[in-house]
Amino acid sequence: MTLPEIGDYFLSEEMMDETPAPVVATRRRRRPRLGRGVILLIAALYFLVPLYAALDFSLKNLQGHFSLSPLTQIAGQDGFTGAVLLSFKLSVTTLVIEMLLMVPTVIYVHLRLPRFRRVMEVITTLPIVIPPIVLILGVLQAARPYIWISSSPYLLAVVYVVLAMPFVYRSLDSGLGALDLKILVEAARSLGSGWITTMWRVLVPNLRSALLSASVLTLALVFGEFTMAQLDNWITVPVWIYNTSSNNPHVVTAIAMMFLLAMWLVLTLIISLDRSHRRNKGRLQ
Amino acid sequence: MAFTPSLDTAPSLRGVEGRAMAGASPLLRRLRSAAPVLPFLAYVAVVLGIPTYIIATLAFQTRTGHFTWHNLKVITSGGQYLLGFETSLKLAVATAVIPGVLGTVLAYAIAQSRHESFKRVIASASGVLANFGGVNLAFMFVASLGPAGVATAWLSSLHLNPYDHGWTLYKFTGVAIVYMYFQVPLMVLVITPALNGLREQWREAAANLGASRWQYWRYVGVPVLLPPVLGSMFLLFGSGFSAYATAEALTGGTIALTPIQIGSILQGNVISGEENVGYALGLGMIVILMVSVVAYALLQRRTSRWLRS
Repeated sequence: MTLPEIGDYFLSEEMMDETPAPVVATRRRRRPRLGRGVILLIAALYFLVPLYAALDFSLKNLQGHFSLSPLTQIAGQDGFTGAVLLSFKLSVTTLVIEMLLMVPTVIYVHLRLPRFRRVMEVITTLPIVIPPIVLILGVLQAARPYIWISSSPYLLAVVYVVLAMPFVYRSLDSGLGALDLKILVEAARSLGSGWITTMWRVLVPNLRSALLSASVLTLALVFGEFTMAQLDNWITVPVWIYNTSSNNPHVVTAIAMMFLLAMWLVLTLIISLDRSHRRNKGRLQ
Repeated sequence: MAFTPSLDTAPSLRGVEGRAMAGASPLLRRLRSAAPVLPFLAYVAVVLGIPTYIIATLAFQTRTGHFTWHNLKVITSGGQYLLGFETSLKLAVATAVIPGVLGTVLAYAIAQSRHESFKRVIASASGVLANFGGVNLAFMFVASLGPAGVATAWLSSLHLNPYDHGWTLYKFTGVAIVYMYFQVPLMVLVITPALNGLREQWREAAANLGASRWQYWRYVGVPVLLPPVLGSMFLLFGSGFSAYATAEALTGGTIALTPIQIGSILQGNVISGEENVGYALGLGMIVILMVSVVAYALLQRRTSRWLRS
């Protein structure tokens, strides 16, 4: 997700197109910039107007006056805390299973079974092939004979683990690809640390940013997932929003906006941390 | 964790086991070295494999468990289900091709920026918006382009109110515009590595050989970028084809899309004797998506020959 600084040389290369450099340079530099500005402006309009509209809608009362009262009403809404609690429990469960399952597997594959990476890649694209709506159809049918499974909300978490796999795998795979895995592991092992210590004290800290972004994407997925939760009849945050929208649209839109902005902030923070971390490392070398 | 035993970079630490391994047959050895990935494989097999198997078998069964072609006949012999597939396919193609092109142009414009912090904000915004969807997204668009929305009011003051011309947010084009809100960021996210892989040397080489800017793009840039762009479009196709929540929340289930029809069957809205049609619809979706993912994988392989992303 990181975008290296290619802008600089793309701009400087504009000058190389024709030989009489200085004159061409000033002429050429303008044009792509204008085009770029127009593109970015249109994109900004498309992406920001709905955000603005939703904020505007949620913060105006029926008389059309600006008011912050929808924000203060959020917590008091009927069933909202229950929905948040359920979503929270599901997201933590999903995250724990996901990490316990994926981190050791991906590390092992990188270290010992590099040929298996192709297979992992194919397997982790499968959740894209089987749409959530179809998957939940099969899952509910499969769980029907076992009441203790089909009556538990954690069935959703078990399935969410699979839904999050494409993001988590790619994030871990690229994170591990950037490490000198073999050297790290051999160094730790030769200093006498066991596998658990090597994992927990050497590999996990080195994978910090990959693990963080994988976690955030997993949390976003669980907190936003509607299809499966609705069809399995559990009132998670998105289902609650859907059910309550007709009663109090202003408050509901305010909640939706809050979640979106919170996600964005957290992700920006993580990318920034990752960047400054890497820059510091570069300076040391 | 299960992977502990066979990961011995330091064999002396586990001498007994190591000696035992030396005598083992190659097959056993390979099995042992694959053992640590078994929990992962088992998990996927249970959570993804069993439900898929159930869908595939129930698609060919009557409610009482007898084999039948009836379900397949119902969905392929015209009527609402075939229309659903048709609309879903059209929507998926439209929201793959248009956001695919726009997303590439946008990603290029962003990649050219000199401001690191700007790119950072865009990268995280793309990550969030690509996973955004469903109810919240639907509400945002109702608030902006709905009959009483903010943007509708602006357009109306310019005498351009789309509702005066029979357009509505709750039909095909409306849903397509809403889908673009997560499809364009998804495209930006997946195509940026390929754009960054366009090597500076290629442009220099082209310039040295006297190529103009247009010639560079015609003979180098576009041919190199075409496979990843097409491949990413297949990914967008998959995302648009299987989206359910957004269309459900936006139209209240009134638009004829296959995912919405499956949801409606699952909630019990079905003619008696056609209970298992939902599984046939699901199987149909899986087959269509399978084709698109294979195409994506093939194009991705072609890409990796040229680009170190």
